[in-house]
Amino acid sequence: MKYGRVTYHPVLGTLDKRESLRFLFDDQEFEAYKGETIAAALLANGVRTLRRHEETGTPRGIYCNIGHCFECRVTIDGITGQRACLTVLKDGMNIRSGEMLPTPLKKGAH
Amino acid sequence: MTDVLIVGAGPAGLSAAISCAERGLQVQVIDEFMRPGGRLLGQLYQETDGSWWNGIEEAAKLQDKAASLGVVLKLGISVIDLNQSEDGWIVYTSTGILKAPALLLATGAAETACPIPGWTLPGVMSIGAAQVMTNVHRVRVGMRGVIVGINVLSMAIAHELELAGIKIAAMMLPAKNMINKDVGDPRKVMQSIVRLGHLAPSPLLRLGSGLMRYSSLQSLGLHLYPKRGFKVWGIPVQLRKAAVEIEGIEKVESVRVANISPEGDIVPSTSRSLPVDFVCMAGGLYPLAELAAVAGCPFRYVPELGGHVPLHNARMETPLAGLFVAGNITGIESAKIAAAQGSIAGLSIAAFHQVSGTEEDLLESIQNLRITREKASIQFHPQVADGRRRLESMFSENFS
Ligand SMILES: Cc1cc2nc3c(=O)[nH]c(=O)nc-3n(C[C@H](O)[C@H](O)[C@H](O)COP(=O)(O)OP(=O)(O)OC[C@H]3O[C@@H](n4cnc5c(N)ncnc54)[C@H](O)[C@@H]3O)c2cc1C
Ligand code: FES
Repeated sequence: MKYGRVTYHPVLGTLDKRESLRFLFDDQEFEAYKGETIAAALLANGVRTLRRHEETGTPRGIYCNIGHCFECRVTIDGITGQRACLTVLKDGMNIRSGEMLPTPLKKGAH
Repeated sequence: MTDVLIVGAGPAGLSAAISCAERGLQVQVIDEFMRPGGRLLGQLYQETDGSWWNGIEEAAKLQDKAASLGVVLKLGISVIDLNQSEDGWIVYTSTGILKAPALLLATGAAETACPIPGWTLPGVMSIGAAQVMTNVHRVRVGMRGVIVGINVLSMAIAHELELAGIKIAAMMLPAKNMINKDVGDPRKVMQSIVRLGHLAPSPLLRLGSGLMRYSSLQSLGLHLYPKRGFKVWGIPVQLRKAAVEIEGIEKVESVRVANISPEGDIVPSTSRSLPVDFVCMAGGLYPLAELAAVAGCPFRYVPELGGHVPLHNARMETPLAGLFVAGNITGIESAKIAAAQGSIAGLSIAAFHQVSGTEEDLLESIQNLRITREKASIQFHPQVADGRRRLESMFSENFS
């Protein structure tokens, strides 16, 4: 389900028309508006899961939305560990979610 | 040459930048967020006189004033580390190293976690995350959600979500566990909202304080408190229900809710699932003070201020030469107070740079802060003024 945007607001007013742009998230193309963060644009498109926990593989999304918790870390144009909630989208950005990693040293893993 | 570097472009940092620049200093402000204003940006509530406090407009006023005075503002840059050198402070950022003789830390607050099982599922977020997503980014956090944690901030934001057309099915407490203690105890929660009632921006709090003026009536109040809760802005506020677990496989599908005793203990066999597509966790705020710790500033634990705070005096000076603090890093209070503290810090920094004629203005700005605090329409802790006085005397006992 797409959650969409708060276009009309009784106190804050109506959203201005903004230029749109396109970006890739795990090879799928999405549309967003100029000035939006990766986390906001993905949520508006109905995407809540930004990564899998490195060890357990459980899904994770934004938690604090202001850069404190690092739950939203993704890989942007090849650079790992970037916060989706603080990064403003650029046209053509290529974003990848974090995946579960092997844990060869963990007890019982082999 | 930068005379002062300010970390944080919230109300404290921007107000400090303005008062420094007005006294002729070269000011640089850095912030990791993409817009200036800090947590002011998300704020939207009605003052007791009915007028709206619109954080976006307030932030724009501060930004414009700072820009007109020549303040250099850099956004999207995170401060990672810092240390003191012979001629001032060296600040390591995500894009390089900056230096200045004076450094102001105005990094604000962070949210305290109140975890329950399932809280890592996508769709669970802090209450502040929902505020920023709704009011700043203007994206819907979901269709129908619950708020876990009842306090001044979550009540204000519940109203903001409703204003944006986002349905809140209920507000309730987090189940008590080894981490959630007072936040899961209906009596403590009731006491804290009732004590803040006289300045409440909300009908519930005003109603609560009218009903329960005497503390002896408070436990009675809870027993009388209707099991189904009562409504504020159409939202059921349920002090006698707790969220026990958040359910879902790939994302939030429902919240398991149980009845609780006035002490916060789960009443057996009362739980049921409430279908929702998002959950906001509201555990309260604490000062975001890591950078002050990294700098080597001593700390004191002052619960009225929200926890561990960097030691500082009424002039916003820390015991370290050239290091200043202002805003929520010094204790949890509203944005107007953060701004007033920023103005003081700016004048102190001007005095540090030996700008003449600042002393009188500085004393006046300290007086103004006291008045702003007395008139505050949102307060996070009822004894905040006592906490401030205690911290100031700890400073003067140790350093003066
Ligand atoms: C999520 C949240 C919601 C809030 N909502 C309300 C509300 O509705 N009403 C109310 O009265 N109060 C609210 N508050 C309290 C709020 O802290 C104050 O109202 C006020 O904004 C504090 O101002 P400040 O300048 O001290 O900090 P802030 O406004 O928090 O500004 C601090 C700035 O510092 C930046 N920063 C922090 N660390 C770094 C770093 N390492 N590198 C670079 N930049 C950094 C941040 O990005 C931020 O922009 C809220 C606080 C939070 C955390
Ligand atoms: S959601 Fe917390 S850092 Fe991005």
